[in-house]
Amino acid sequence: MAEVSTKEKGRQSDNIVISFLKGNMGILIALVVLCLALALNPITNRTFLTSQNIFNVLRQTSTNLYIACGMTMVIILGGIDLSVGSIIALSGCIAAGCIVHYNLPLGVAILVALLVGLLVGTFNGIVISKTTIPAFIVTLATMNIAKGFAYVYTGGSPVRVMTQEWQFIGGGYIGIFPVPVLILVLVLIITGLIMNRTKFGRYLYAVGGNTQAAEFSGINVAKVKFLVHAFSGIMAGLAGIVLASRMYSGQPTAGEGAEMDAIAAVVVGGTSMSGGSGKLGGTIIGGLIIGILNNGLNLLNVNSFWQYVVKGTVILLAVYIDFIRHKKSD
Amino acid sequence: MAEKILLNMENICKSFPGVNALKSVNFELKQGEVHALLGENGAGKSTLIKVLGGIYIPDQGEIYINEEKSDIHDVKSAQKNGISIIHQELVLVPYMTVAENIYLGREPGKKFLDKKKMSIDAQKLLDTYNMHINANTLVGKLTIAQQQMVEIIKAISYQSKIVVMDEPTSSISDNEVEYLFGIIRTLIQKKVGIIYISHKMSELGEICDRVTVMRDGETIGTKVVKETTNDDLISMMVGRELTHYYTRDYQPKEEVVLKCENISDGKMAKSVSFDLHKGEIVGFAGLIGAGRSEVMKCLFGLTKGYTGDLTVYGKKVHIKSPTEAMKYGIAFVPENRKAEGLYKIQSVRYNSTIEILHEFMKGFSVNIKKEKIITQNYIDMMETKTPSQDQAVGNLSGGNQQKVMIGRWLATNPKVLILDEPTRGVDVGAKSEIYTIMNDLVKEGMSIIMISSELPEIINMSDRVYVMCDGRVSGCFNHEEVTQEKIMKLAAK
Repeated sequence: MAEVSTKEKGRQSDNIVISFLKGNMGILIALVVLCLALALNPITNRTFLTSQNIFNVLRQTSTNLYIACGMTMVIILGGIDLSVGSIIALSGCIAAGCIVHYNLPLGVAILVALLVGLLVGTFNGIVISKTTIPAFIVTLATMNIAKGFAYVYTGGSPVRVMTQEWQFIGGGYIGIFPVPVLILVLVLIITGLIMNRTKFGRYLYAVGGNTQAAEFSGINVAKVKFLVHAFSGIMAGLAGIVLASRMYSGQPTAGEGAEMDAIAAVVVGGTSMSGGSGKLGGTIIGGLIIGILNNGLNLLNVNSFWQYVVKGTVILLAVYIDFIRHKKSD
Repeated sequence: MAEKILLNMENICKSFPGVNALKSVNFELKQGEVHALLGENGAGKSTLIKVLGGIYIPDQGEIYINEEKSDIHDVKSAQKNGISIIHQELVLVPYMTVAENIYLGREPGKKFLDKKKMSIDAQKLLDTYNMHINANTLVGKLTIAQQQMVEIIKAISYQSKIVVMDEPTSSISDNEVEYLFGIIRTLIQKKVGIIYISHKMSELGEICDRVTVMRDGETIGTKVVKETTNDDLISMMVGRELTHYYTRDYQPKEEVVLKCENISDGKMAKSVSFDLHKGEIVGFAGLIGAGRSEVMKCLFGLTKGYTGDLTVYGKKVHIKSPTEAMKYGIAFVPENRKAEGLYKIQSVRYNSTIEILHEFMKGFSVNIKKEKIITQNYIDMMETKTPSQDQAVGNLSGGNQQKVMIGRWLATNPKVLILDEPTRGVDVGAKSEIYTIMNDLVKEGMSIIMISSELPEIINMSDRVYVMCDGRVSGCFNHEEVTQEKIMKLAAK
């Protein structure tokens, strides 16, 4: 329809900050409103804005955001990864086992746990890229398999790790910054670079937006799918380590429902479930909204049963606002 | 034909933020008339049709049906008024049968679905119009042309008085067009009025009674088809004289760039041989399903395990992937640009550079400035009309989408450019521009293979024309000797 006169040089999105603000206006407003509501509420105004609480929120949000990074890519591909919650349990248990049962050094334990994540992710990736079985089904299966292995390995009871260096990963500080938050910064930088500054990032959107076009363009579609799922697996492995450290133990029940929180962060962040579009920036805000909401509800002493209801409503509302906005711009 | 006036749209105005899509448009349709609606893309034809179909509510103006003022405020009320629209992009459910699609949303039977009645009724309808389609086939299994027929049957089954056909022949081949015209003739005998949108001038004389030309959201005029010429209509459409519709200098060189011998893909392509010279446009004519695209897919490495010999610049090669084909300088602009070519929700810039990322992306470093310059080059070269590089490609007109597609492949600097139906769904102005660009490219030494189902285009643009039929090459003509009749004789069995 809009056949405006020719050759106006592209000048939008020149400024990353402005385009970020523009693209995420709806959820940014939601985030600010949420923060203001908690900062001004007489019950929470003393606690919410303390640096201790802010870092607390960030620490709790960080594990969700690790897996949300992988999930953003998976969903842009038009898929979904349900196995991440179980990978958290499995990698956490195996990391703890490495230290407690086999007396391996911390570095090796971390490496092994990351490898476990990679392994499950690779398996997802191979099946999804080599067959036409939907990602939903494949990862639903590996979700159960990984969870099963976590129970088999631990016999159903937690593997306790009491060493200080282990507890440092999830609970320690460097300067005033909690370690998981610093890891998060690193993860976000790497993911952001991959998605926005590499050929692979472009291919990701191409495959998700129009698989056939991508194939015709000479893009190795199978490889892109494979790598994305492998990445998602590693991110879940990382989250598993950090969570196991914070709980002082590898627990086969850890990470239950984590995939849903990650999906919620991605979707609230404006990534389309039908694939082809989405931004990491949106996911970060989405993760923060969910993290702050959890925190606020706790500070307000809301019954934990009701918290689910509130969380679900907020997710629906956020996505609905986004829907309305897009409908208008179309 | 002094028939009753079926539809009268008066002073229809509709604007969208930033665009005045319709400025006081008038349109009239008589009973038993086929009334063509012509205009370049963006002229407002689709907006007008959407107003008629109840998809858009006009800001101003009245719609009279059978000389009574009518209130069309949504799709249902348009249907109630006897209006049905056959959209250019088919809206059928591939996983449902033909019968289920025809009766979608108004299935017979009160509580339980009466599947039997549905399929019997549908089959009756199909048989009435001599369509050799089984009502119980899944729509996804039909060819595009057959799907189009199902769409038409679906529209007829509403007992519509006014049928709108939006480029009904854009994806079917010539003998299927004849068939479609047969159906249209049956319909007008039943006093149905048909609004016929098409870019193909040749069809107007054959099937249409009157023609209304639109440009920039206004009606330029309505004429009786028999009393007008194509040139008149084209200049009404573009608002200026198009002196050179086809631009072509014939000067191919001796050097053979590409030689194919006995290419077969085991299914559609059967032992196809041809060659391509430097600076030459070779046209491939034939009916839909003759195997033309399939041969090209072999050349571009999209078909695994094809047999036959392929020689590129005197070197025997076996191309296994598009990446390899691109390495040999072959580029392929596919037929179905929405399904196979473009990323609709992404920007013009993204779409222009997806093949050549290596030119400005290394590791984590991106030279955005360079990307913008490259994109701008191709926008300028192709004269693509877009508000900015950041515009989503899906919002551009068909002609401009095609220009982005071609520009993208030119960016790979190909020696052999394969264009599969390069002007489908493209308006006359943009078509002419694409022809000029093709001529410029071969003058610079590129070689072009063009598959097209539009015979005038094939005849006027090609140095040589290969005709394919049923997977085989059935003949080859020089541009001096080729005629429409010769091609059709070889294309049909």
